[in-house]
Parts: sequence; structure tokens; C-alpha cells
Amino acid sequence: MKLSKLSALAMTTALCAPSAFAEEMANELTLVSWGGAYQTSQHKAYVEPYLAANPDVKVVWDESSAEAVAKIRAMNEAGNVTWDLVDVVASDSMRLCDEGLAEEINHDEDLAAAPDGTAASEDFGDLIVSDCFVPQIVYSTTFGYRTDLIDQPDSVCAIFDTEKYPGKRSLQKRPIDNMEWALYCDGVAKDEIYDVLGTDEGVAQALAKLDTIKDQVVWWTAGAETPQLLADGEVVMGSTFNGRLFSAIAEQGQPIGMLWDMQSFDLDGWVVPAGLPADRKARVMDFLKFATDTQRLADQAAYISYGPARASSAPLVGKHAELGIEMAPHMPTDPANAGNVHVYDYEWWADNRDDLDAKFQAWLAK
Amino acid sequence: MTDISQSGPVLAADGTPLKRSLARALRMQKLRALMLIAPLLLFILVTFILPVADMLFRSVENRIVQDTLPQTVEALADWDPASGQLPEEAVFAAMAADLQIAARAKTHTKVAKRLNYENPGVSSVFRKSGRKVSKWDLAADGPFREKLIEIDDGWGDVELWRTIKTYSGSVTSGYFLNAVDMQLGAEGPEIRPENERIYNTMLIRTMRMSLIITFSCILLGYPVAWILANLPARKANLLLILVLLPFWTSLLVRTSAWKILLQQQGVINDTLVWIGLVDDANRLVLINNELGTIIAMTHILLPFMILPMYSVMQTINPSYLRAAKSLGATDWTAFWRVYFPQTVPGIGAGSILVFILAVGYYITPALVGGTKGTFISNLIAYHISTSGNWGLGAALGAILLAVVLLLYWVYDKVVGIDNVKLG
Repeated sequence: MKLSKLSALAMTTALCAPSAFAEEMANELTLVSWGGAYQTSQHKAYVEPYLAANPDVKVVWDESSAEAVAKIRAMNEAGNVTWDLVDVVASDSMRLCDEGLAEEINHDEDLAAAPDGTAASEDFGDLIVSDCFVPQIVYSTTFGYRTDLIDQPDSVCAIFDTEKYPGKRSLQKRPIDNMEWALYCDGVAKDEIYDVLGTDEGVAQALAKLDTIKDQVVWWTAGAETPQLLADGEVVMGSTFNGRLFSAIAEQGQPIGMLWDMQSFDLDGWVVPAGLPADRKARVMDFLKFATDTQRLADQAAYISYGPARASSAPLVGKHAELGIEMAPHMPTDPANAGNVHVYDYEWWADNRDDLDAKFQAWLAK
Repeated sequence: MTDISQSGPVLAADGTPLKRSLARALRMQKLRALMLIAPLLLFILVTFILPVADMLFRSVENRIVQDTLPQTVEALADWDPASGQLPEEAVFAAMAADLQIAARAKTHTKVAKRLNYENPGVSSVFRKSGRKVSKWDLAADGPFREKLIEIDDGWGDVELWRTIKTYSGSVTSGYFLNAVDMQLGAEGPEIRPENERIYNTMLIRTMRMSLIITFSCILLGYPVAWILANLPARKANLLLILVLLPFWTSLLVRTSAWKILLQQQGVINDTLVWIGLVDDANRLVLINNELGTIIAMTHILLPFMILPMYSVMQTINPSYLRAAKSLGATDWTAFWRVYFPQTVPGIGAGSILVFILAVGYYITPALVGGTKGTFISNLIAYHISTSGNWGLGAALGAILLAVVLLLYWVYDKVVGIDNVKLG
């Protein structure tokens, strides 16, 4: 675990007028995220301006989001929660909320309204998938392919077509998304995928489809693997988070193309661990309100190609901070990219994850 | 002897019986020894034994159902799941009452998560119902059977009630059964359907591959240890540093290095293609399978084999070999009949070290093992850190621990644990 301490002492500003209850707020804030370019984007867009306005505050980053559920549970059982704000994917936020490990958020009261006065709960809309969840970004799991090694695919079903697109593929080592893509490419209508997957025959059908490419698949667990495998030529196409592909293409100039068809939308956002002392909680809520307002979410898009979770942020998305390219066309939510998307059903997976994981793992081991 | 027994017990200088005086001295000695190791003992107790015991306890602990749904569990006592009929209204009323308390304390989703392990779908039934039920007036709003089924028709499923009844005890065999690919069915334990069986396969694979890794370590390590033991000290020390060097490199770095070497567009394949031994279209698959795990783990664990063998070989007097040869033994006979038996304790120590370390490995298999080269520890790690099913993770860990202890016992019976030397 890498901790980077950022002292706010260097920052000087006269802007800050401490409010009446500022003295009751703790001055240290431990934020948990995923590391890499994503955490950097959060630091630049939310933390730096917040520190500029609150020079007494110290922010500590912890890159443990991948194990957030297990660690928060362990901290909670030990009665010593050391994290203040944790970045998790939507399904993890549901799990933490279900287990009482995350605070419930009153979105309208705790978060800033949009500039035009729209209440936060309306601004975030359907993306508030759990009472404890404050969405930040919309990302997608989608495919990248080597432009120099295979023809340009136009459908997600190219992953199952090893004749037209020979070579290895990389897929995430979990049933989510892969099962849905398999059924979709096996002729199941998009709106019937979860009905079919809910039956034993449906699971068998999806696995049978995946069986056709099983010996051609490299399974990944970390988002950085597919861009690396593509760059090495180990695979000719592979799924990963769209921001990773953006950075491989735009920042590193790799010969990789984006295949947006049937990209799977997912959300990432903040949760506040349950049981924080009052002074720390006050600080967290203050930061949270600031970090998830319309402008801050739009600013983040200048550093990474993930779509802001607020509807009111979308028009404010500008250019990449360093490359100077327009970011909007690289967002998963851009109309040109979002022609055919797969919306992953959180509720369904919360119910069936354990069961399908067992079947998927058993299939993998065979 | 006789006159001693006649004149009473032997007395020490201070007049107390010698036996008691000796016992006191020994007791003092033991106490002092205990005091010396007390800090370590306490440290191990607090940081190792207690957590392990706590984790093992989780593999059978199941109080959550009883604690969260006490009235329902009681009301279900008279219900016979085999009847195929839904429980009576009283059970639904008890559930509504329990659910109301639980939803207000936000524990209804916790119990749902527990039951969801056994019956997929329970989780959303509870989550959907919790908020609505917490607003009900229990005295006036009955009957609850229709009302609950109206919220979610999952309440009308006999299986859901059977799951609650089956898992209402304060201890459960559910996790252990799951860990050996079984489940609690309507008529007691039964084998899981074929497409859900995985843990036995993984356990056997872990054992088999750990044995292969141990044997490859012996094969590769023995000659190295022999050279180390027979070279002049200065050269031997230099070589020993080369053996130890990997120890000072991070495990992740070593594993990632193997990735670069072994992948299809990697150094080894590139070289073979360049020499012309391998066709460019049919590059060797050396990684993301069993072979990748065996190669990388053999390399990583090799020092644990070489060091004990080396320290044992160092103590073997070279004059034994000379004596054997001077008495007419061939090189092979001298080695096999005289030298090799003396090195067995070193091989034994190295094998135990390597095997036990290999059985518990998970980082290296996760990185280079693909799907066929992962170990049961990868599944334990998955259940602890990703799926959150700590009970199942604990049960798998307990089984792994038991298997290792069993193998240790077998080893003791066959080879003899006294026959193991680290130097």
C-alpha cells in the first residue's frame, strides 16, 4: 500500500473564510481510491482546489479501493475506522450499504444543488443506485483492438469470431459483462439477457458460447493488463475500462482502436464509512459537498476520459488538461459512442453474483 | 538404599527434603525460561494464534439468522418443508415483526446476504421488503402473507422458507459442505450440481502442482547444493550470494520478470523463433497455464531447497566417498549408497519447506497461472477480499490447514521428522 502525504502547508490563500463550525472539523482526511491516472484526476480536480481553500487540512491518499469492502468490514469489526472517504464501484457501494458499513447519504441535503437550482438527487438521477452512494463518474468496460493486426471490428461479437479476427483476446476474470456479451452474441435480445441468464439453461448457453473461445482468452484482473497485452501484441483485442484505453491511445500513441459497441456502463463514486467520529464526519461531508459539485465533476474530465455523473456537468466538459484535445468525443456517454450500450443490472448481480461466480469459476477450472 | 529409607527423606543443606528443594529449583528454572520467551509467546498468541482461531471459528459460526429473525425461527419450528406448502400466517406475521425491527436497525440486509449464499435471490427479496415493512403497523395491518408476497413474490417460494429453516441454527456445516462441493439439500448433505463443483478439483490441483514444484526444486537444487558444498570456501560464498540474490528482490518483480520472459511475444519465444526452432505462427504457450506457475514458483522457491541441502552436505565428510571408492565402489555406487543417504535429511527439510510454502502461494499463480495454474489459495483470497464470503474462505483455509497437517503426519510416519536437518 502506497501512501502519499500531501501537505497543504505550501498552499497559501487568503480566500478562505472559516465558517462557524470549521473548528469542529478534523484537519486530516484519508481518501481511498484506485491509484494511477484516475486518482491523479481526483487529486487535481477535487483535492487541490479544496486544499487551496482550506490550508489547514492535510489529505492522505490510500490506494486500496480494490479491497475496500473487505478492509472496511475488518476496520468496522475492529472498531477502528481509519478511512474517511472511499471510492468504490457501484456494486461495492450496494454491498457496503447492505451490511451497514457505509453511511446513508441524504443526497439533497448533503450535496450541492446544480447551478440552475436542480436538486442533487435529480441531477444525479438514476445513477444513485444505493442510499450510501455518491456517484462521481460513468465509465465503461469496453474493447480495444490492435489496428495493425486485425481488421476494424464493428460489433462486440467480433470477440467470438476467431476466423475473421484471429488471435488471442483478453477478458476480465469474472462473469459480469462476459456472460451478457456471450448471450447477446448468441442471439439473445438485449432486454431479455437477464431473464435468460436467470435460468440454468441460460447460464449453460452463455458458458457454451464462451467455450468456443476459451483457449484463445487471456483472463485479466487488473485494468492495466489489457493495454499492456495489446501493446505487447499478446492479444489482438481485449476488454478493459475505457479510460485505460484512452490513455494508451491518446497519451501513449499505441496502435489501438476503440470498439464501443455494447460497452458496459458502470459507475464509480464515494461512500462514507459508518461510525466516524463527529469531527471527522463533519470534515468529510464538507469535502464531499465540494468535491461532487457540478464544476468539480466537470473538471475531472480534463484529466481522464470518464463521464461526469451529474447531468449538469456534461456541458462543462472541456479539453484535456495537457494534450489539449476535446474530451467529449472520448467519453463513454458521448452519443457517437453510446449508440448500442449494455446497462449492467446491479440489483440482478447483487442477487446472483455468488451463485454465478461459483459456476463461472468451476467452468474456468475445467 | 535401605538405610536411607529407614532414616527418612534426604535433606538439603537448609533442612528441607531434597526432593522438594530440587522441584522448587526446577520450577524456578522453568519459570525463568518461560519469562524469557513470554514476549514472543504473547506476540504470537495475539498476532497469530488468536486471529487464526477467530477465522476458523467463522467457518461454522451462524448466529446471524437466529439473532436477526428470532420470532420467525421459532414460528418455523413446526413447519415441515417437505410438505411443499407455504408456512402459515403466523410465520409471515413473525417475519414481518422481525423484518421491521431488523430494517430499522439496518440488519435485514446482513441476514439476507448470509442466506443469499445458499439461495440466490434472497438478497433482493429482503432489500425490497425492508423499507416497506418498517412503515407497517403490525397490530392493524395483517394478514401479512398476502402483503409480503405482494411486495415480492419471492416470499411465496417454499425454497426461501426452507433455506431460512435449514440455516437457522447457531452453528452451520454449510460453509464446510460448500468447501467440499456439497450443500444442505432437503434430505441432508448432497453433492452440488456438476457445474458448481470446483473446490475439490482446486485442492487436488494445488497438492499435485506443489508436489511437482517440490520435485523440480530437488532436481535443480541438488547439483547446485553439491557444487556449493564442494567448492573452496571463497568461491562457494560467491555462488551462495547468487543463490540468495533472488531473496532480496521483490516477489512481484521476480514474477513479472517471468511474465516478460515467458509470454508468447516474450524473450524466450522471440529467441526460439529467431533461431528457427519454433515457427512464428505456433509460438509456445509457456504462461497462463500450469507450466507458467510451475516454472515461476520453482524459481522462486529454489533457495528454500538449496540452503538446507547445502548446510547438510557441508557436514558430510568427503573421506567417506574416498573410502567407498578405495574399497572398490564405482562413482555411482559411492554416490548412491554412501553420499546420497547422508543428504536425505537436507532433502527432507527442503521439501517440507518448499511444499508448505507452495501450498499457500497465491500471488505468483494469480499472475502467471491463467485459469489452469491457479491454486486454492487464490479462491480463499477471492472470498476474503472480493466476494466477502468470509465463512467459506475460513472453511477452505481450515481444510487446507488440516490437509497440510495430515501430510506432515504422513511424512513423519514415512520419513521420520527426526530425520530432518537444517544443518
